[in-house]
Amino acid sequence: MKYQAPSSIADAVRLLTGTETQIRILAGGTDLIPQMQARRVVPELIIDIKKIPETRTILRQHGSYIIGAAVSGAELSEHQDLKHDWPGVVEAFDLIGSTQIQGRATLGGNLCNASPAADSVPALIAANCRCLIAGPQGERDAAVEDIVISPGRTSLQKGEFIVSFTLPALPARSADAYLRLIPRTEMDIAVVGVGVFLGLDEQGQCQLARVALGAVAPAVVLAKEASGLLIGTRLDAGTLKRFAAAIKAACRPINDKRGTIEYRMEVASVLAVRAATIAWQRASNRPAGDSL
Amino acid sequence: MKLHINAFVNDEPVEYLCDPEDTLLDILRDELHLTGTKEGCGSGDCGACSVMLDNRLVCSCLVLGCEIEGRSVDTIEGMAFADKLHPLQQKFLENAALQCGICTPGFLIAARALLDINPDPSESEVRYWLAGNLCRCTGYDKIIQSVLDVAAAGRENS
Repeated sequence: MKYQAPSSIADAVRLLTGTETQIRILAGGTDLIPQMQARRVVPELIIDIKKIPETRTILRQHGSYIIGAAVSGAELSEHQDLKHDWPGVVEAFDLIGSTQIQGRATLGGNLCNASPAADSVPALIAANCRCLIAGPQGERDAAVEDIVISPGRTSLQKGEFIVSFTLPALPARSADAYLRLIPRTEMDIAVVGVGVFLGLDEQGQCQLARVALGAVAPAVVLAKEASGLLIGTRLDAGTLKRFAAAIKAACRPINDKRGTIEYRMEVASVLAVRAATIAWQRASNRPAGDSL
Repeated sequence: MKLHINAFVNDEPVEYLCDPEDTLLDILRDELHLTGTKEGCGSGDCGACSVMLDNRLVCSCLVLGCEIEGRSVDTIEGMAFADKLHPLQQKFLENAALQCGICTPGFLIAARALLDINPDPSESEVRYWLAGNLCRCTGYDKIIQSVLDVAAAGRENS
């Protein structure tokens, strides 16, 4: 086994396109190192991307945020502007693991570990977050919802890795929220997680809606039909009832020790209504201008 | 392929050779013979191996030894001041906040990290902060109370 810590994207891609067949990217290590300890993964080469400056910084650019793939959860939570603008994304990541895990775990790792229950992923997808991918053909941009294919598998090609995430500039009167259910109060894996992003028009009617569901299918579900039901409404009781039914219809969960199919569908609909209500309240309280 | 690493542990320069798969916990205990840091689960669930890495609380079982080049690690061995215990260590003894003691170094390191950034935590804040440190003996109450006692004493002294 070899360990390399390149200091540039180009060096990382060169290492990733080497002759080794078992290569793993190391960011926070909170998923990779236990897998190595259990011998479920035996890499020939570990590439630590934390010395690449682009993976370690949070930049604000024309209202959008560019967040390095290897920024830790603790660093996300300490970024007051980011927390103010994207409370759903920051709270979703903050739900992962303990204080110790937060000191290491990263957005890039949470996505690329490709767990259906990854807490930050529904929040990023609801937020319309995109990621910058570097590879042998140069850099490309992809939507977060296009990365995970199935549990443990991503659409990244040989030689590619995620450098950073971009949260778009917030439209006026818009906000996000994330809620999850676990059987305990802390330190567990989501039974269901729901991310919601809503934007309101000048009359206070919903004009943008993205709802993403975690742990109810092999990969996070972007619930387009359910989201569409919210458009043109003020989230009145009748709308929320139809929305809850559409959320259930979008779920394709499994039965396991954390919950039955029926339980997960029911919880998804309840959390989606609650998260939408929180996002709605946050959006309503935001100023109409672009200065948040 | 062994890597030659230079780093700082408890403010002292250290150097060691490590295999890429060696964890920081392995290095601390087996190479540097700092056995105060304990191995519990080895998978980041129990917090017994908690250390500070560049002033950030982490599980040393989830860090590779070769990631430490040029960085600073603080362990339980650096917590007391010469022959005087840190107030948290003293209070854990007074309150009998330990029994078998395996979890204690991790709790102390994690509790100090909390009080460094939040000298006046609520009981809930202490419980959430320490949720990643498991104790199978005490039932936690004496640990939580010790942290709150030290925080209160710190406020009186300042």
